[in-house]
Amino acid sequence: MSLLQSNVPEGPIAEKWTRHKNELKLVAPNNKRKYEILVIGTGLAGASAAASLGELGYNVKTFCYQDSARRAHSIAAQGGINAAKNYPNDGDSVWRLFYDTVKGGDYRSREANVYRLAEVSANIIDQCVAQGVPFAREYGGLLANRTFGGAQVSRTFYARGQTGQQLLLGAYSALMRQVNKGKVQNFARREMLDLVNIDGNARGVIVRNMVSGKLERYVGDAVLLCTGGYGNAYYLSTNAMGCNVTAAWRCYKRGAYYANPCYTQIHPTCIPVSGDYQSKLTLMSESLRNDGRVWVPKDVNDKRSPEQIPEADRDYYLERRYPAFGNMVPRDVASRAAKERCDEGYGVNESGRAVYLDFKRAIAEQGQKAIEAKYGNLFHMYRKITNENPYEVPMKIYPAVHYTMGGLWVDYNLQSTIPGLYVLGEANFSDHGANRLGASALMQGLADGYFVAPYTVGHHLASNKLEKVDTNNPAFEQVESEVQGRIDKFLSIKGSRSVDSFHRELGLVMWDNCGMARNAAGLHEAIEKIQGIRWEFWQNVRVTGSGHQLNMELEKAGRVADFLEFGELLARDALAREESCGGHFREEHQTPENEARRDDENFAHVAAWEYQGDDATPIRHQEELNFENVKLTQRSYK
Amino acid sequence: MKLTLHIWRQSNKETKGEFKTYELPDVSEHMSFLEMLDVLNEKLISQNEEPVAFDHDCREGICGSCSMMINGQAHGPDLKTTACQLHMRKFKDGDDVWIEPWRADAFPVLKDLVVDRSAFDRIMQAGAFVSVNTGNAPDANSTIVPKMNADLAFDAATCIGCGACVAACKNASAMLFVSAKVSQYALLPQGDPERKTRVLRMVAQMDKEGFGGCSNTNECEAACPAGISVNNIARLNREYFKATLTSRES
Ligand SMILES: Cc1cc2nc3c(=O)[nH]c(=O)nc-3n(C[C@H](O)[C@H](O)[C@H](O)COP(=O)(O)OP(=O)(O)OC[C@H]3O[C@@H](n4cnc5c(N)ncnc54)[C@H](O)[C@@H]3O)c2cc1C
Ligand code: FES
Repeated sequence: MSLLQSNVPEGPIAEKWTRHKNELKLVAPNNKRKYEILVIGTGLAGASAAASLGELGYNVKTFCYQDSARRAHSIAAQGGINAAKNYPNDGDSVWRLFYDTVKGGDYRSREANVYRLAEVSANIIDQCVAQGVPFAREYGGLLANRTFGGAQVSRTFYARGQTGQQLLLGAYSALMRQVNKGKVQNFARREMLDLVNIDGNARGVIVRNMVSGKLERYVGDAVLLCTGGYGNAYYLSTNAMGCNVTAAWRCYKRGAYYANPCYTQIHPTCIPVSGDYQSKLTLMSESLRNDGRVWVPKDVNDKRSPEQIPEADRDYYLERRYPAFGNMVPRDVASRAAKERCDEGYGVNESGRAVYLDFKRAIAEQGQKAIEAKYGNLFHMYRKITNENPYEVPMKIYPAVHYTMGGLWVDYNLQSTIPGLYVLGEANFSDHGANRLGASALMQGLADGYFVAPYTVGHHLASNKLEKVDTNNPAFEQVESEVQGRIDKFLSIKGSRSVDSFHRELGLVMWDNCGMARNAAGLHEAIEKIQGIRWEFWQNVRVTGSGHQLNMELEKAGRVADFLEFGELLARDALAREESCGGHFREEHQTPENEARRDDENFAHVAAWEYQGDDATPIRHQEELNFENVKLTQRSYK
Repeated sequence: MKLTLHIWRQSNKETKGEFKTYELPDVSEHMSFLEMLDVLNEKLISQNEEPVAFDHDCREGICGSCSMMINGQAHGPDLKTTACQLHMRKFKDGDDVWIEPWRADAFPVLKDLVVDRSAFDRIMQAGAFVSVNTGNAPDANSTIVPKMNADLAFDAATCIGCGACVAACKNASAMLFVSAKVSQYALLPQGDPERKTRVLRMVAQMDKEGFGGCSNTNECEAACPAGISVNNIARLNREYFKATLTSRES
């Protein structure tokens, strides 16, 4: 028997969410103000949830590690957000968005969740427009759309190359309105370091005030974890520097199951790595593939500069291999194809680890102005970083870690295995299966926050009689002293290596052994190496300064210590999944054309890991995935 | 290249700070400015000294975290560029580089280059929103917005809230920041119902936070990494003027 109850409602897929909403218990308007909800994270998921819950009348507290809620990493999303509006009249529908997302995820997501996501997608656009989010528009004043990977319709709404910024500022404005009304209290520069469970329910958090260094206790009736993804386990990624797994990892250690950590997304179009000092990688949005064409020279020995290579000598390998989708194949497919060309020696910069993304044809056909209007800020950013002008020479790009589909396991209500702990946005595992389609993370974050959690959290509060507790409860005492113990430990080691040096070392192992291609030997090796790095970390890390002050080294130490545990789980999960699917490519499991080969008979399930103690192997639970509406086929974009 | 860095070091809000000088050999022109500081910090840690604290997160010029005066200029010498996107190719061997935090009464220094910008959040709380609850929205295409207005509103909305405008202004005025938000909403039909109360309340909060007045020197526009235009300040002044004349809010 599986412990994992997905709680997917009965009925035809198109009616599940409506029926479920009808059955969820409600909290009476007057009673809502008696509840306190803690929302960790103020990205799209956290800000939208906190604002919506505040509007309903709950008392909400939000936390983020940046100096303002507006700086959450969602701000950096570039290309767009999907919605099944069918404004272009090109045949889109809720069904198609649902179907594309399930297929794009390589049939490893839960059908009912994905359907709900597609269903509420249209409301998200309505909500954002009503808030004053300045989406791109056509001359007639109506909203404009573009195409993203894995789709044959134009369903992506965008605000030039700054869609995430505009959506987040929209959600942030809704949040600020609730702060103004006194329904939400915002705590910036606070890092959640642990979860407090009382009588089996999530009832509070321990956070560190990052300015004073003091540990603080907050109590609530439910905790919403909206803390984003774990891409920085790889050190170099497109994520912001502070993105971390700490909050989710602490919850895992307190009883929440961690699902599918091996599903990581390596994005095909990023600026290639350039030096040892490099601190992060920069994404060039997928939307560029609407107009940019990916190629390498046909001849391995062709060392001419790109503008000197005539059409006949170029290999537009995506168009060649995947004529139906061409440059718009999903990310996992595009990334692997780039790796394949570079492994074969066709890579184009000094390191041999880059391919061209070329706008020559688009500029010739549409004019530079039109291209500038669509991607101006991206071209500007590319030029800043590389000192090359992409209007004149093709961009050089290479895949980089970008997004994490895995996350804490949640049921249909977004509740984790700890009652009262909800997980939203990139931090949960729920909707993208083994590969996320472009422009779907923003959609999911806002769907979870605006339209799902406000219903399901209310149901939890209405159906459980929670004891009144405060922060003097012994559970708070206990957890806080454990957190303090860890901080003291970091500061007392006084070793010789910086935190970053460990992070970088871990990142290399993750990239080499758990990156775009994985195999059993490499994964075994990764586990061993990570254990070694972790051991040395706890003997030899040097954390300068004290705990009673703003101390960024101490903050990093906590995050890296958690990545050093988490990385091992990721490798373990990759090892256990003896198939290739989406972003998880096991070299042992591929078709003769080097495409991913799934094993639906044995692996059409979610793997959810249960913590058993620091020195014990975690238990792998399975949630079977039932596909009643889409037929499992080998994904083809040919 | 080799650089001599003069960096403002301050332990916390209460203590006084001072410049300290550091020599950094081997700076690559391909590094970003913050990567250069990472290298310095690595070196300081190896000498058992506390690294320089500075705010940063996205390192892509969009989150607005990074914030420092570089040789007297907010975010340094490159136009429309945040410190995190500034590259060392803008400097040359042997240069002296002076690095300090934003200076403004409304942005107290917390440590080294880190300042407290929560005043910006409070200005936003005062009125930078459209009062629409989740679930209340009509179909998105029922609101038609002329493309030109939509584009202008978008341009204003790209403000990253970093505070460079305040730091660059001799009066430490926050007018560019406030005007960008007021403009975004003033240009859109969604913002219309609350346009008067919004501008009055945001300006009142701005004054309360201790930001200075605007004397039209346009330093803010020159320093703004997002390219926010001072035309927005003119629009803010018009909006404010109209609102004071006709608003029923006192
Ligand atoms: C460069 C880039 C471009 C992207 N472009 C697109 C796109 O075009 N379309 C798309 O759909 N998706 C895109 N994505 C993905 C998408 O942006 C993210 O998946 C999504 O924004 C995540 O939102 P979130 O709310 O879950 O988390 P985040 O926005 O990451 O927010 C996390 C929040 O949690 C807080 N937090 C984290 N840890 C702690 C802690 N321990 N204590 C306290 N607070 C904490 C942070 O302060 C922050 O407020 C992009 C991602 C990147 C990196
Ligand atoms: S670090 Fe985000 S703007 Fe510079």
